[in-house]
Amino acid sequence: MAGSLWRSTLSQVVGWVRRSSIQSSVSRRGMQTVTLIPGDGIGPEISAAVIKIFEAAKVPVKWEERNVTAIKGPGGRWMIPPDAKESMDRSKIGLKGPLKTPIAAGHPSMNLLLRKTFDLYANVRPCISIEGYKTPYTDVDLVTIRENTEGEYSGIEHVIVDGVVQSIKLITEKASKRIAEYAFEYARNNQRNSVTAVHKANIMRMSDGLFLRKCREVAENFKDIKFTEMYLDTVCLNMVQDPTQFDVLVMPNLYGDILSDLCAGLIGGLGVTPSGNIGANGVAIFESVHGTAPDIAGLDLANPTALLLSAVMMLRHMGLHPHADKIQTACFDTIRDKKFLTKDLGGNAKCSEFKIAVLMTWTAGSTVIPMLIALLLLGSRTRISVFLISGPFYRETKHVDVSVLSPHS
Amino acid sequence: MASHSAVLSMSRLLSPFRGGLLGNPTKVFGTTLTSHRNKTLLTGDNIPPPAKYGGRHTVTLIPGDGIGPELLNHVREVFRFSCVPVDFEVVHVNSALETDSDMDNAITAIRRNGVALKGNIETKHTLPPSVKSRNNVLRTSLDLYANVMHCQSLPGVQTRHKNIDIIIIRENTEGEYSSLEHESVSGVVECLKIITRNNSLRIADYAFRLAREKGRRRVTAVHKANIMKLGDGLFLQCCREVASGYPEITFDSMIVDNTTMQLVSKPQQFDVMVMPNLYGNVVSNVCAGLVGGPGLVPGANYGQAYAVFETATRNTGKSIADKNIANPTAMLLASCMMLDHLQLYDYASLIRNAVLTTMNETRLHTADLGGQGTTSEVVQSIMRIIQSKGQLISEF
Repeated sequence: MAGSLWRSTLSQVVGWVRRSSIQSSVSRRGMQTVTLIPGDGIGPEISAAVIKIFEAAKVPVKWEERNVTAIKGPGGRWMIPPDAKESMDRSKIGLKGPLKTPIAAGHPSMNLLLRKTFDLYANVRPCISIEGYKTPYTDVDLVTIRENTEGEYSGIEHVIVDGVVQSIKLITEKASKRIAEYAFEYARNNQRNSVTAVHKANIMRMSDGLFLRKCREVAENFKDIKFTEMYLDTVCLNMVQDPTQFDVLVMPNLYGDILSDLCAGLIGGLGVTPSGNIGANGVAIFESVHGTAPDIAGLDLANPTALLLSAVMMLRHMGLHPHADKIQTACFDTIRDKKFLTKDLGGNAKCSEFKIAVLMTWTAGSTVIPMLIALLLLGSRTRISVFLISGPFYRETKHVDVSVLSPHS
Repeated sequence: MASHSAVLSMSRLLSPFRGGLLGNPTKVFGTTLTSHRNKTLLTGDNIPPPAKYGGRHTVTLIPGDGIGPELLNHVREVFRFSCVPVDFEVVHVNSALETDSDMDNAITAIRRNGVALKGNIETKHTLPPSVKSRNNVLRTSLDLYANVMHCQSLPGVQTRHKNIDIIIIRENTEGEYSSLEHESVSGVVECLKIITRNNSLRIADYAFRLAREKGRRRVTAVHKANIMKLGDGLFLQCCREVASGYPEITFDSMIVDNTTMQLVSKPQQFDVMVMPNLYGNVVSNVCAGLVGGPGLVPGANYGQAYAVFETATRNTGKSIADKNIANPTAMLLASCMMLDHLQLYDYASLIRNAVLTTMNETRLHTADLGGQGTTSEVVQSIMRIIQSKGQLISEF
């Protein structure tokens, strides 16, 4: 009984938020289509949370859900379903949840397949310390840009003789130039001061040497941005001692994989790190980089922050900065206030509770009293209505006194 | 050497009696003379300590570039002061030259002496690709297949993470460091990463034996087998095979990107880690950074017949060379590891305790640890502590 009461309360509250919102209504014609790939495991539930939050924030986005399980196309080659490809080519923007990567299975990794299909050559991961989620490292503010198509992950391996395996790392001039150009342009567009190329040219003289040469050439055209080069081991060593010395890092595939996860670990893990993949034909797919977490799938325990922050990155890419700022602030405020943190952030709230807490940060002052009255009328004994009341107050009051009705905003 | 040949000539004289009551004299004498080999530490397993001339060991010393020469000078100073029975045969390697003769001399010297202490030799990557990294050439020529690094939090050093105690064992000869590259078409370069069953089994075996000897409970293999299914898959399979022979040690595996993430958030969960070459490079540098920096951790490269000791993160330190601000701890601890290998345990503990006392109790730190001390001040403090211990030990 409390459950259905709770659901009707929620729909009324959300309706109130929408109606009394001072934002101008968005015309149907301004809606942009985004291809949504919920993914596996916890993917569907965190995608649902993001959709709900976007709805409440009145973001002009129309979602097209697609599935990308690998199918065997004509000629025996593995590919993504044609309707997914067609949708992405049309909309050019995608939001993706986590996909399963099986170890030593028949078909290649789904993520790799997506990358090859859309030629997603750059993986961008901004790592910014989240105020309110304490890690041993504070003031981290760097971006890792990783070449995503070749390098050590070319997938070319063979057994030469029994017991000897050879993996090929491929570095091409074209891909190195492309990623270097993207890195410098990103630095320029986002007001970054320096770009550091990470390499191991002392050991892999030709391959990383080529990468480095291309970076140097591109740096010539971007004189306003400082260019440095550093060995991978030195970067790792300095990163764990003082991450504030790095700004934008550009590197080939494997080093990028390791370093971007290292940086994610500095700010709190994959559950709070956004990521974007930029493709050759203007396609951009934003994703949450954590795994599918099959052990907590369906239990409403997942943390939607990563997907939410990736969606914010997507909004900035689309130019919808006010919406992006609003959602980002709401998300950070919710984390800072520490009342509704999911398990991986150290709390024990559920995914849906976190989502509601984010939504609640948007109630403007004029909506507080009517909402309070509505909720009080419905009874204040359930735990849920208590926190709904505390929502607008949590910045000002540390404890909830439901008898006090004085409005703060 | 002379005694050995004496025994052999004796045995030849006595050979008519071999089948009879006297038994085989070579076998009898041989066992007595070589019995000390069986008592070596596991880390020196299969490596006989080098022959002693007049009770003194000879060790090859390669100063290298950057901070290498000055730190190794300090090591010699401390050894001289403590009357350590080790003589150094210094071999210089000029990293600017394109020829290999310097390196060949160094390798021959190490083959001769069996043990070496070295600084890092700079690799100028502007030289043509035919000039390989000299350090790498040394490791592959001498087949120093295991790089061992022990990262421990020191009480006197302020770090973000405490209670770290990880042993990292890294395959040192193959993997991504095979230096096999070619440019098939202009603008397309291929670099080969080689993983072999033999080397993977060898390094896994070394890791488990070391874990058993040190009483460690868990070995973690670090890999990327979800992407490099054949290469790292083979490595992982070899580790699993070896693990089955050590039931008292837990074996698990972790993907390298997850490993780095776990290392910066919860490094206390790791015990012993074994991995191929490149991941070893990354993980060892991350761990060195976690315990306080490159100036603190010593590293050792062990092979079947040779052992080479150096700092764990192999930094040249060009920017701080000759400024008297480098941290001598790593190089001094590496020299203590070398003394352990030569079975000069007393000297090793003496110097090690002095270094750690300076680090933890006196808290005399160099600039990389946030202190004001110079290299010479730290070394003087170490020598003072050695002197205050009283004994200038003579052997047996």
